[in-house]
Amino acid sequence: MTDLLLAARNVTKQFPGVLANDDVSVELKPGRILALLGENGAGKSTLVNVLFGMYRPDGGQIIIKDEVVDLRGPDDAISRGIGMVHQHFQLVPPMRVVENIVLGAEPTKRGLVDLDEARLRVVELSTKYGLEVDPDALVEDLPVGMQQRVEILKALYRNADVLILDEPTGVLTPQEADHLLRVLRGLTETGVGIVFITHKLREVLAIADDIVVLREGRVVGTTTPDQATESGLAEMMVGRSVVLRVEKQAAQPGDVVLQVDDLKVNDDRGQLAVDGVSLQVRAGEIVGVAGVEGNGQRELVEAITGLRHASSGAMAIGGKPLTNSSTRQIAANGVGHIPEDREKHGIIAAYSLAENSVLNRYHRTPFSSRGIMHREVIYEHAQSVVEEFDVRTPSVTVAASSLSGGNKQKLIVGREFSENIKLLVAAQPTRGIDIGAIEFIHRRIVEQRDKGAAVLLVSAELDEILSLADRVAVLYDGKLVDVLDANVATRERVGLLMAGITD
Amino acid sequence: MSRSTLRSVAVPLAAVILGLLIGALLIVSQGASPVTAYSSLIQGGLGDGDALLRTLQKATPLIFGGLAVAFAFKAGLFNIGGQGQLLVGAVFAAAVGFGVDGLPTFIHLPAALIAGALAGAIWGGIAGALKATTGAHEVIVTIMLNFVAGNLTDWLSANPWKDNSGNNIVARTPLVEDSATIPTLGAVPVGFLLAVITAIGCWMILERSTYGFEVRSVGQNRNAAHYAGIKVGWTMASTMAVAGTLAALGGAVESLGVDGRFEAGVNVGLGFEGITIALLARANPLGVIPAALLVGLMEAGASRMQFKAGVAPELIDVIQALILFFVAAPMIVRWLLRMRQGDSEQLRLGAGWGNS
Repeated sequence: MTDLLLAARNVTKQFPGVLANDDVSVELKPGRILALLGENGAGKSTLVNVLFGMYRPDGGQIIIKDEVVDLRGPDDAISRGIGMVHQHFQLVPPMRVVENIVLGAEPTKRGLVDLDEARLRVVELSTKYGLEVDPDALVEDLPVGMQQRVEILKALYRNADVLILDEPTGVLTPQEADHLLRVLRGLTETGVGIVFITHKLREVLAIADDIVVLREGRVVGTTTPDQATESGLAEMMVGRSVVLRVEKQAAQPGDVVLQVDDLKVNDDRGQLAVDGVSLQVRAGEIVGVAGVEGNGQRELVEAITGLRHASSGAMAIGGKPLTNSSTRQIAANGVGHIPEDREKHGIIAAYSLAENSVLNRYHRTPFSSRGIMHREVIYEHAQSVVEEFDVRTPSVTVAASSLSGGNKQKLIVGREFSENIKLLVAAQPTRGIDIGAIEFIHRRIVEQRDKGAAVLLVSAELDEILSLADRVAVLYDGKLVDVLDANVATRERVGLLMAGITD
Repeated sequence: MSRSTLRSVAVPLAAVILGLLIGALLIVSQGASPVTAYSSLIQGGLGDGDALLRTLQKATPLIFGGLAVAFAFKAGLFNIGGQGQLLVGAVFAAAVGFGVDGLPTFIHLPAALIAGALAGAIWGGIAGALKATTGAHEVIVTIMLNFVAGNLTDWLSANPWKDNSGNNIVARTPLVEDSATIPTLGAVPVGFLLAVITAIGCWMILERSTYGFEVRSVGQNRNAAHYAGIKVGWTMASTMAVAGTLAALGGAVESLGVDGRFEAGVNVGLGFEGITIALLARANPLGVIPAALLVGLMEAGASRMQFKAGVAPELIDVIQALILFFVAAPMIVRWLLRMRQGDSEQLRLGAGWGNS
C-alpha cells in the first residue's frame, strides 16, 4: 500500500521576474482530498503544472507513489497515474463522448480503433463511479456539467489514481457543484486521491480533508476543515483581515433608467440565446442577473451595450429608444460597460495604460480635437485613473499586458467610472481577480449606485450577486424565470431557479 | 537613442549583417573577392552623383511600396496588392501627364499625381470594402486584383493610350508633358523627397491622430475596437484605400519622374518588393526609409559589382532573401546574438491569416 500518492518537496519555480513557487511542500495520501487555496497569482496553477509535468521545477522534488520522479512532460505524469481536469476543457466538440474519452489511448483491433470495446469500458467506468453520460452523444451538444464528467472519465480511463481539478465548480450551478462534490467523495472511497484548486471557501470547508493555503508562491498555512473558518481562510489567503460582506445601505430606487422589452437575441451560431427578456433597472438600484453561464447573459449584455444586434424587441435608456444602436451612441447616453472578457473587449494588451484609459473616449475633447490626439491630456487622465483606482503599475506608458488581471480590471473600472454614468452594465466584474481588488471594485459599484446610477450586474458567482444586488433576476435558457427582491433571494431558491425549476 | 529603439533596430541590423556575411561566403565560393565585390557595390550605389541618383530613384518606389504594406499591417491587414496598385497609379498618372497640355506645372503635376493616387485608392479600397462587407480575405482579393491591374494596364497602354509616334510597336504611352514631369534637384529626385515626407506623414497619422488610433486598435484587437465604438469595417476599408494610394504614388512617381511614361512590363515586381521593405522595417513607417535605401543601394550597385568583381547580380536577390529570412525568423538572430526575448514589438507575420 502506497503511503504518499503525490507530493511536492521544497519545490521552487522561477519565472522571469516572479518567484512563482518558493520552497513549496504538499502531500496527498490515498483516498484524501487536498484543497489548494489561494488568490490568482498565488502559485496554485504553477504548482499543479509542476506536478503534472508541464513545468520542470528549478529546485525540489516530486514524489509519485513513494518514488522520487523526474517528470519529462504531461505524458510521463499521465503514465504514472496522474489525471488533470483543466479549467478550460480539453475536448474535441464535434466528436462523440466515447471518442473523446479514448482519444490518444484507443483500444484497437487489427490496427483499427475498436469503438465497441471503448464504449463498453466507458459505460463500465461511468456506472462504477456514478458519472452517467451518454457515450454516443456529441460533446458540443452537452451542457458544461456533462462535459466536465467526460473530462473526469478521460482521466479515470487512463487509470488515474490522482485527479487534479482546476477550479472545477466555476461553471456549475450550486446543485451541480454539490453533485460533483459527492462524486469526488465517492472516488476517494476507491483509493483515488484528489487535488482540488479553488478560491471558493465554502467548497473547501465542505469537501477537503486537508487544506493548503498559498500566497505569493509560498505555503502560508496548512489546516483541516474542522479547524478552519471562512474568514480565517480568507485572512490567510490575503494576508490581512477582509470584509466578506459588502457594506451597503438599502437602495433608494428612482426613475427607470434601463427599460428592456421582449428582447430576442441570437448567439454566434444563430441560435436564439435571449428569448423575450423584459427587464427594468431603476436609478439607484443594483439588479443582479444570476444564471449558469451560457444561459443568455452574454448575449443580453452585448445587445444592451450595442456589441450585438437584437433580432426583435426594444431597449431604451433614460427613456430614449436605443435598440440596435452603435456602441458609441449607447456610451454617449451615459452608459458605462465593464465587459465580461476584459482581454477580448476591455483592453488592448499591446496598448499603454494611457491609450487604454481613453479606449472608448479618444474621439472626444479633451482627449483629442480635429482628429489629433492630445497626448499630455491623455497621460494626465491615465495618471488620475491609476491613482484613484489604485492600479499598481510603474507608469502609465507601460503596455497593459504587463498588468495583473486585477489591475487590468481596476483600469477598466476606472475608465468607465471616470465620468458620470446613468447606467452601469457590469459583466463578471471580478472574474479571476484577487480578493483585495474584488473588495475594491464591489465598493466602487455600490458607490455608483449611491450616486444615482442604475446598475445591471451579471455574474456567474452567486455570492457576488447575493451580496451586491438589490433585486435578483434569474436567467435560464434565455428566459427570465423570475425576479426576486434581495431579502427573499436565498442561495437555495436562486439555485433552483438557475436550474430552471420554478415549481 | 533609447533602449527600446535600439532593441527594435537590433534584429533588422543583425539580419543585414548576417545576410552580407553569408553573401560573402557565396562570393568566395565563386572564386571572387568579397571585399572587391562589396566595395564596388557601394561605389556603384554611392560613389558619385549618378550613383546616388540611381540609389535614390530605386529607393523611391520601394518607400511607397513599403508604406503600402506597413500601413495596412497596422490594421492587421496583409496587403499583397502593392503591385496592382502601383500599376494603376503609374498608368493613370501617365495618362493625365501626356493627355493634358497647356497647364502650368503647379497644377498639371499635382493633378497627375492625384489621378494616380485615386486609381490606387480605388484599387486598394475594393479589397478593403470586400473584406468589410463580405469577409473576403484581403490576401486573396489583392492577389487577384494584381492580375486584373496587370492586364488592364497592358491593354490601356497597347490600345487607347498607346504611343503612336514613329513606328512604335511597344505597349507604352507617349512621354508625359514637361509640365507633369517630376524634377530632380542635383542628385536628389524630388520624388524621393515626396516619399520621405509621405513616410513621416504616415507615422504622424498612425501615432498622433484619432484615425491612426482607430487603425491600430482594429489591428491589435478587433473586438476591443468594436467595444470602443470604432467602425471596424469602415476602418479596414479605408485603410486599404490608403494603402492603395501609397503604392500608387510609387507608380506615379516612376511614370512622371523616372521613366517619363508608362510602359507595360517595366514595373513588374516592383510592387512586391514593398513586402520585403515593410518586413525589414518591422512595419514602422519611419523604418521604411532606411530599409528602402539599403535595398535601393544594393540594386543600384549590382551591375557595377558584376562588372568589377565578376559576381552575378542575382547574388543581390540571394542576399535580400537571406536578410528577409533572418528578419522573419528573429529567433535565429536572437539565438545567435544571445539576445533576451525582449519586449520589443513582435511582428506577427501571420496576422490576418485564418481569421476573417
